[in-house]
Amino acid sequence: MQHVAIADQTDELHDPTSFIAKYVWSQDHKVIAIQYSLTAIFVGLVALVLSGLMRLQLGFPDTFDFIDPSAYLQFITMHGMIMVIYLLTALLLGGFGNYLIPLMVGARDMVFPYLNMLSYWMYLLSVIVLLSSFFVPGGPTGAGWTLYPPQAILRGTPGYDWGIILMLASLAIFIIAFTMGGLNYVTTVLQARTRGMTLMRMPLTIWGIFTATVLGLLAFPALLVSAIMMMLDKVVGTSFFMPALVSLGENLDYSGGSPVLFQHLFWFFGHPEVYIVALPAFGMVSDVLATHARKNIFGYRMMVWAIVAIGGLSFIVWAHHMYVSGMDPAFGFFFATTTLIIAIPTAIKVYNWVLTLWRGNIHLTVPMLFAIGFIFTFTHGGLTGLFLGNVTIDLPLSDTYFVVAHFHMVMGVSPIMVLFAAIYHWYPLITGRMFNVRLGKIHFWFTFLGTYAIYLPMHYLGFLGVPRRYFAMGDTDFIPESAQTLNAGITVSALIVGVSQLIFLYNVFWSLRHGEKAGHNPWGATSLEWQTPDVPPHHGNWGPELPTVYRWAYDYSVPGAQEDFIPQNHPISDDERTAGEEREGQ
Amino acid sequence: MSFFKTLADKPWLHAPAIAVGGADESVLDPQGPARVALRFILAIVGILFFLFIITFLSRSQYPDFRALAGSPWQPFTDTSRLWFNTAVLACASIAMQLGLVSARRGHLNAAVASVSAAVFFTLGFLFAQYMLWQYLQGLGFYLDTNPAESYFYVLTAIHGLHLIGGLVVLAYVVFRVWYDGVPASLSGPLQLCTTYWHFLLGIWLVLFALLTSRPETINALAALCGF
Repeated sequence: MQHVAIADQTDELHDPTSFIAKYVWSQDHKVIAIQYSLTAIFVGLVALVLSGLMRLQLGFPDTFDFIDPSAYLQFITMHGMIMVIYLLTALLLGGFGNYLIPLMVGARDMVFPYLNMLSYWMYLLSVIVLLSSFFVPGGPTGAGWTLYPPQAILRGTPGYDWGIILMLASLAIFIIAFTMGGLNYVTTVLQARTRGMTLMRMPLTIWGIFTATVLGLLAFPALLVSAIMMMLDKVVGTSFFMPALVSLGENLDYSGGSPVLFQHLFWFFGHPEVYIVALPAFGMVSDVLATHARKNIFGYRMMVWAIVAIGGLSFIVWAHHMYVSGMDPAFGFFFATTTLIIAIPTAIKVYNWVLTLWRGNIHLTVPMLFAIGFIFTFTHGGLTGLFLGNVTIDLPLSDTYFVVAHFHMVMGVSPIMVLFAAIYHWYPLITGRMFNVRLGKIHFWFTFLGTYAIYLPMHYLGFLGVPRRYFAMGDTDFIPESAQTLNAGITVSALIVGVSQLIFLYNVFWSLRHGEKAGHNPWGATSLEWQTPDVPPHHGNWGPELPTVYRWAYDYSVPGAQEDFIPQNHPISDDERTAGEEREGQ
Repeated sequence: MSFFKTLADKPWLHAPAIAVGGADESVLDPQGPARVALRFILAIVGILFFLFIITFLSRSQYPDFRALAGSPWQPFTDTSRLWFNTAVLACASIAMQLGLVSARRGHLNAAVASVSAAVFFTLGFLFAQYMLWQYLQGLGFYLDTNPAESYFYVLTAIHGLHLIGGLVVLAYVVFRVWYDGVPASLSGPLQLCTTYWHFLLGIWLVLFALLTSRPETINALAALCGF
C-alpha cells in the first residue's frame, strides 16, 4: 500500500477571535471558499445580465437604442471571459475545491493557509481590475473572449486602448491567484490525506478537482505568456503577434508578427480550460448521483482512469479550435483524431453515470434532478462536439450559431447544472440548514427546460448559416424570416431563465435563516465531509482527533449492513473482512 | 511504476492488502508539503519558459527576424559579457550548495556566511544583467527594435523576476530561523531554495545558449520543431 501522509498540526490551532480575522482576512479554507464563491457568483450575475442585453438586441433588433454595435461586442467579450474564467474556474476550484478538499480527504485545512488567503485577495483584485474596465474611456474590450490580435489592439475595436490593457492585466493577476490556490489544492491532496485515505479511496470529486488543478497549473502559463506578449505589443510596440499592417490609412510600426502564433498559445491554454471546468463537474456529479441513488458509483476505477486520461489528452487537441485559422491543413487530421479519441473516456463516464442509476434507489431530490439534467445536457453538447471535431463538418459550421449552441451546452449549461446540484447538495453542510425543496424544484424545471428552449433552436440557426458575433443580420438573403422569429423566441426563453435564477438566490438567502435545521448528514452520505463532529464544521474541522478511513467513499446499500450507507470512517466488520477475503481468493 | 500500481487498487475490496496502515505512518516529513509544492513550481516555471522558447523558435522563421549573433555587427557575436554574468550566477548556486552542506553539518555560521554570499552573487547577477541591458541600448538595440531583442529583454526580465522571488523566499527562510532560534530547521528549507537556484541557473544556461545562437542554429532548432 502506498504511504499515506498526515499533516496534522502538532501545535494547537489558533482560533481566530476577532470578526476581521474570522471572516475577512481569514485563513480558514471554508471561509475562503465562501468568499471565492460569493465573488464568483456576483461577477457571474453581471455576466448573466450582459447575456440578457445581447439577447435583447438579437431578438428585437432596432428596438434598444443603448445597444450599439460596439456595446454589443463588449457585452459578448465580457460575458464570455467572465463566465469561463471568473465564474466557472473560480467557483469550481476556488469555491468548491477550497471547501471540499480538506474536508473530503480528512485534513484540518489547506497545507499553506496564508497562501490560500492571498489567492482569494488576488482573485478579488483581478475581478476589480476587470470590472473597472467598464468605467474607463472607451469601455471594456470588445475583441471577443479569445482576444485575437491584431484586431484586439487596433483602432476600430471597442476598448482597444484601456479596455484591452485592463483585461490582460486582470488575466495576469487571476493566473497568479490561481497558481497560489492551485499549489495548495494539489499539495493538500498529495500530502495531507488522513490515515487510511489512499488515493484510490478518495471520492471522485477530489479526483476531478485534483486533475483539473494540475491541468490549470500547466495550462495557465500559456495564457500568461500570450498576455505578456500582447501587452508588450500594445504598450511598447513590439511585434510578437502583430504583422505589418495599414490601419485607417496609416502605416503602423509593427512588422512581421504572427497572429496565428497567438491562437496556438491561446488555445493551448483554452482547450485544457474546458476540462479545468468539466473535470471538477464530472467528479461532483458522480458523488451526487451515487449518494442520491443509494448505490456505489459504477466502475470507480474506470472513472478515475477516464479523468486522468481526459486530462492528458486535453493538452493535444487545442488546434481543433483553429481549423479555419489558416494553419497548416495537415494539422487538422492530427487534431481531429485526438479530439475524437477524447470521446472514448468521456463516453465511458456517461455510461457509468447512467449505469449507476440503473436499479439504484433513486431519490429525486433537487441535487439529483440537477445531476440527471446534467447527463442530458452534457450528452447533447458532447455529441455536437463530435460533429465539430471533424474538419470537413467544422468548416461550414464554424462561426455559426451551431458552435455557440455546442459550447454553451457542453461547457456552459452542463457545469452550471452540476454547480447547482453541488450547491443544493452541500448547502446543508455549509449552512447547517436545508433549502426550500419546492422552490428548488421550480428552479430546476425553469433552468432545465429553459436551457433547451434556448439552445436547441440555436442548432437550427447554425444549420441555416446564421453567423455568430454579428450585431444584426440585416437583409441577408440566405437567412429566412423565420430565423428572426426563432431568435425572438430564444430571447424570451433566455430572459425567463435569467429571471428564474432569482428563485435560486431567494432560496439560498431565505433558507439561511428560515430553512429547517439540517442536522447531521441529511443525505446519508458516506464521504468524510459529512462525518465532522459539528455541522457546519468548525475551524480545524475535526475536533481533537483526525478521522481514520477504512473504506472507499461508495459503500451504499451494502448487503447485510444495518443502514443503506457505511461512512468512510466506519471500521470494517469481521463479516465484511471474511467476505472480502473470499472474493479475493476467487 | 507506483502511480500505475496505485491506479490499479481495488478500493471496494476489504482484503487485508489494502487494510489501514499502522500508526507509524503518521510520522510526517515537515518538508513534505513544501517539497511537493516546489516540484509543481519548477514544473510551472519550466512550462512558462518552454512556451516562450517555442514561440521564439516559431517567430524566428519570419523574414524580419534578425538573430543577435552570427554577424560582426550583432551584439552577441562576442559573448564575453554573458559569460561573466553566467559565472556570477554559477557562484551564487555554488554558494547556496555550500551553505546547504554547512547547514546539514550544523555549522550555522558557515551556512549563514555562504547564504549571504549567494545573495550577494545573485544581486550581482541581476545588476550585471541590468548593465547588459544598458549596453544593448547603448548600441541601439531596444525592446521594440526586432523580435530577437524583444525576446532577449522579456526572457531576461522574467528570469530576473523569478530570481527576485527566490530571494524573497530565502529572506523569509533565514528570518524564520533567526527569529525562531532553531538552527537545525535551516537545512530543510535551504535544500528547497538550493534546488530552485540550481534550476534557475539551468534555465539561464538554456536561455543563454538560445539567445546567442547563430541564425543557422536557430533555423535548425525551428526545423526540428516543425516550424
